Amino acid sequence: MAKQLVLMKGNQAIAEAAIRCGCDGYFGYPITPQSEVLEHLMAERPYLTTGMVVLQAESELASINMVYAGAAAGKRVMTSSSSPGFSLMQEGLSYIAGAELPALCVNVVRGGPGLGTIQPSQSDYFQTTKGGGHGDYRLITLAPASVQEMYDFVELGFDLAFKYRNPVAILSDGVIGQVMEKVMVDDYKPRWTNEYIEENCPWAATGHRSTGKHRIVTSLELEALKQEAINDRIQAKYRKCEEEDARYEAIQCDDAEYIFVAYGSAARICMKSVELARAEGIKVGLIRPITLWPFPTKAVKEIGSRMKKILSVEMNAGQMIEDVKLAVDCNIPVEHYGRYGGVIPTPVEILDALKKMIK
Amino acid sequence: MTREDIIKPENLVYKRTPVLTDATMHYCPGCGHGVVHRIIAEVIEEMGIQDNVIGISPVGCSVLAYNYFDVDFVEAAHGRAPACASAIKRLRPETFVFSYQGDGDLASIGCGEVVHACNRGENITMIFINNGIYGMTGGQMAPTTLEGMETVTCPYGRDPKIMGHTMRLTEMLAQLPGTYYVTRQAVYTPAAARKCKKAIRQAFENQKLNKGVSFVEVTSNCNSGWKMTPVQANKWMEENTLKYFPLGDMKVDGKFDPKFIERVGTFDQPNETIFSLRKK
Amino acid sequence: MAFKGALVIDTEKCKGCAVCITGCPQDPKCIALSKKVNAKGYNYLEMVNEDACIGCASCAVICPDGVIEVYRAKC
Repeated sequence: MAKQLVLMKGNQAIAEAAIRCGCDGYFGYPITPQSEVLEHLMAERPYLTTGMVVLQAESELASINMVYAGAAAGKRVMTSSSSPGFSLMQEGLSYIAGAELPALCVNVVRGGPGLGTIQPSQSDYFQTTKGGGHGDYRLITLAPASVQEMYDFVELGFDLAFKYRNPVAILSDGVIGQVMEKVMVDDYKPRWTNEYIEENCPWAATGHRSTGKHRIVTSLELEALKQEAINDRIQAKYRKCEEEDARYEAIQCDDAEYIFVAYGSAARICMKSVELARAEGIKVGLIRPITLWPFPTKAVKEIGSRMKKILSVEMNAGQMIEDVKLAVDCNIPVEHYGRYGGVIPTPVEILDALKKMIK
Repeated sequence: MTREDIIKPENLVYKRTPVLTDATMHYCPGCGHGVVHRIIAEVIEEMGIQDNVIGISPVGCSVLAYNYFDVDFVEAAHGRAPACASAIKRLRPETFVFSYQGDGDLASIGCGEVVHACNRGENITMIFINNGIYGMTGGQMAPTTLEGMETVTCPYGRDPKIMGHTMRLTEMLAQLPGTYYVTRQAVYTPAAARKCKKAIRQAFENQKLNKGVSFVEVTSNCNSGWKMTPVQANKWMEENTLKYFPLGDMKVDGKFDPKFIERVGTFDQPNETIFSLRKK
Repeated sequence: MAFKGALVIDTEKCKGCAVCITGCPQDPKCIALSKKVNAKGYNYLEMVNEDACIGCASCAVICPDGVIEVYRAKC
């Protein structure tokens, strides 16, 4: 099947993209609002067509450790979950980062803390972009704002994961996960052959010792100086990633006096608020970070420094605002507007918040 | 006949397998881990699968097992080796996959993963070293610690009223339909070690059949944790541990061993002998 | 048919656990711990009763560190 336009949910787009981009394995556990990922995969049965392994694991703990091991064996593997489940995965993500393995994890965020709600939220920003698990590591974080991006970011996520040998998160939310939109899907790409992996992933424990010596995948190093050297290597990758792979979208920022900074579904809502504000003569633009880590600091600094004020619009109690303030070195006033606990702000509400900030 | 006459290549009957690396193992003198490592390595050598096997090491004393086997290895998070082994076997079904765990890793923190991997009938080999104690962290109580046995976290002996009962996880796993071969072995005598090798060989051979989990528990010692000499520890194990954890097959070729069925009927008996022994 | 055995012991890797000695079927035992120590400070294994060794490898199969190499010849 060639490229085609289809109507699907964001969660289904994740699953469909995985099958079509040549993913080797998905390991997951049901949790609202992302269960359609596993459901779609089980309905499509890619193990009969592309050979992709799909397994409903006994828990998120098992899922993330299956991902860890699958990645250790050189395979393109992924999982998905929602906030409470993603919290359970943090130890595993730390191991994946520590062992320098590529893996993709999708978090379709719901409101917390605790069991919280099943409604959409962006309250896992800190957890995802600041570490979440133990140790000095970062999750490369992609924030889709449409079902098309849910689809596109699966392959992009794998590419970045293998480029840096680091876990990549797709930080979505219940809106993008559940909404149905049209999506252009790609043709099926073949999965990597074992020969290709043998050649291109010399770090992988494939069982074949083809590099002439046994390969060990571990995140353990008992000598502090050696562990520091490993950390230096990992940090160097992160500096390179910040340099090369920070992504954003700037909307109507050129003549703007104010900007919204918002990602994911909050950014989608802000697009409407920009339209409403401009109809009233307020010159406002929008910066939409696409990577939340690395945060598009340079762009926010450059564009933000020209503004009178910045409004960070988030579906949380104020998390990304810290990165926005750091980006402009607190030289420009930055305020936060947010709804949380599963409540989605309306474009008019955000416009009102903008007007209040301007006064 | 002089020593020189005997020591000739044609007379060699036993040497260290090249599937073990030259690294000196960090285990305490007399620890059963070393024997089981050696047996697994010998089985890998004899089956000729050194270039088609992936091992999963746990967290605990055997965390560094990957340094001792000259085969590809993945070090798992605490308790998650069965999940790791499941994923690797499904993604690389042509490869022999084995997990290696201690009793803290497998029976305590990783209890969920091992039960579900066994229940799914993953086509893997699991090696479970049961020495009734946490060795690496300094001799704390494990789920497998015998009633009345003293450890640093039950210094007055394990009291099942407060601390729960000694857990026979292997017997539980044998009852899952996903397990194909379940056995309990030991390595404290030459005869036991030879028998254990046969069992581990069987557990690896079974992967060719794709019929489910092959699970080998090796009841072992922890002379440091038990505060005994290696020789005393082996004797103590024979007199105490093996009464509660009897050796032998529980399930062969997917069928229960009749002796095992007879034995499971007696599992509700309290372990008075050990309790009184340690009280002295 | 009688056999005669000989051991080659990697004394530097031996940890002196003495488990092998319990495995030796001969009486008196063929092997014992030396009074001397190796670089790691362990009293290492040595042969004390060479003539009695039949090369059964019982010591080697329970050696946790794989330090015993066994040879056996017909005599």
